Amino acid sequence: MTQVETPAIALRPTRPPGRSERTSRRRPSGFGLGVGFVTIYLSLIVLIPLGAVIARSNSQGLSGLWHQITQPDALASLRLTIGVSALVSVVNAFMGTLIAWTLVRDRFPGQRVIDALIDLPFALPTIVAGLVLLALYGPTSAIHLRLAYTRPAVVIALLFVTLPFVVRSVQPVLMELDREMEEAAKSLGASSFTTFRRVVLPNLVPAILAGTALSFARAISEFGSTVLISGNIPNKTEVAAVHIYSQIQSDNVTGAAALSTLLLLIALVVLAAFALIQRWATRRG
Amino acid sequence: MGKWIARIVALVYLMLLLIVPVGIVFFRTFRHGFSPFWDAITTAPAEHAFRVTLEVAIFAVIGNTVFGLVAAMLIARHRFPGRAALNALIDLPLAVSPVVVGLALILVYGRFEPIGRFLDAHGIKVIFSLPGMVLATIFVSLPLLARELVPVLEEIGMEQEQAAWTLGASGMQTFRRITLPAIRWALAYGVVLTLARALGEFGAVAVVSGGLVGKTQTLTLYVQQEFQNFDPIGAYAASFVLAVIAIVVLIIINVLRPKEHS
Repeated sequence: MTQVETPAIALRPTRPPGRSERTSRRRPSGFGLGVGFVTIYLSLIVLIPLGAVIARSNSQGLSGLWHQITQPDALASLRLTIGVSALVSVVNAFMGTLIAWTLVRDRFPGQRVIDALIDLPFALPTIVAGLVLLALYGPTSAIHLRLAYTRPAVVIALLFVTLPFVVRSVQPVLMELDREMEEAAKSLGASSFTTFRRVVLPNLVPAILAGTALSFARAISEFGSTVLISGNIPNKTEVAAVHIYSQIQSDNVTGAAALSTLLLLIALVVLAAFALIQRWATRRG
Repeated sequence: MGKWIARIVALVYLMLLLIVPVGIVFFRTFRHGFSPFWDAITTAPAEHAFRVTLEVAIFAVIGNTVFGLVAAMLIARHRFPGRAALNALIDLPLAVSPVVVGLALILVYGRFEPIGRFLDAHGIKVIFSLPGMVLATIFVSLPLLARELVPVLEEIGMEQEQAAWTLGASGMQTFRRITLPAIRWALAYGVVLTLARALGEFGAVAVVSGGLVGKTQTLTLYVQQEFQNFDPIGAYAASFVLAVIAIVVLIIINVLRPKEHS
């Protein structure tokens, strides 16, 4: 862009050696200070506290950790959380792709507003999300659809907070997709559905998977939006994060730490999968 | 034909999940006019919750702005051992459930833990008090700003900064006169995202604050409490304020986003 036109371009060496040369020859005086500050900040707020959770979960050895996780209520909350999150991720993969398609390829009045509203679940506090859903699906439902305090209510809450992930990861890919291939397929007699399935969809798969992985990671750790609408009934509608919360309140910190460690582990595995998908996508694209 | 079906399915889904529920809450907030709404948000606990929320958010935004700037400069402008680790660790908070964030802070800064006891003995109360709420809010909003800045810093490159150095500018001068103006939109965007996240945080703050009315209760905790006390107008009114903040944030983001790419 415009920066390229500066006189410095003539002096610009190729990138990696240029950087190492610069850093070794002249490292600004603030470098050490910056590294120190970032290390302390991350350690005090993120790393030491998370380490404490893992340490506490192992305070009675691995068998103690296993004992805490296999308590009936804990196991039930874990099963519910993983099952519902998987369902929500699958729905997101379909609906997110469909919504992204409508936003990119369709034209209708109000489209820009709808496009902006997709991000609302990210901007809206989770407790407000729960309250908002209760207005339509709760005891005072405007359409007499009473889902509150049931498992479907948990699904709806998680669908709400994870709505943007697949839409926002598929949308840019769809925008940059070359339409000539689709036109070629159509001119060779393919129906528009066949064209979508055979030509468009394969290009979208990495983006769909990436968005789905993120929405799964978000869903298993979700707390605020489920608090009001699920009723937090143990063994029935209590998700893992709410179970951790109730364990903290009843002073079973070790049990809370055990379940937390497991959630953390699942989220890290999913995010690692996400990173792999992205690498695969960039190599393909 | 397929196009119509796709459009209708997508719109009905968004209506049922997003637009109608938000619309109902807006309607119910003002069903009996403006004055019940105004009365609900000007009660003493509500006003106090506003103040606490704002205080916590401001401290968190300041902390994460400084951290985000420093971390982004390190990642985008330097090669050093541990850079890859830093890059990965910044995203870690996104994988952590808000409740786990709260638990993690209790296990370090709680009164019964070594560090917490030491601080408590020196008169610093972290858990069930403002510092703990700030730490929790910082934790959950930590990656947002750095993640906005790193790609922009990498895209603008270092030519202009190198030119400034060659001409004798100090590191600080270069940053202030060259780098900062070039990243100002991404910086503004990141600050808005961080602020929105900070104002709306619920789970992590719920665990560390204790939610004491008139003391450590933030706006989101106030919404929960009012709802559970069967005072829906209080909950709706505070939710309306939070939702308006969220919508304003969306508008700002939509205004800032194109500038960043132009």
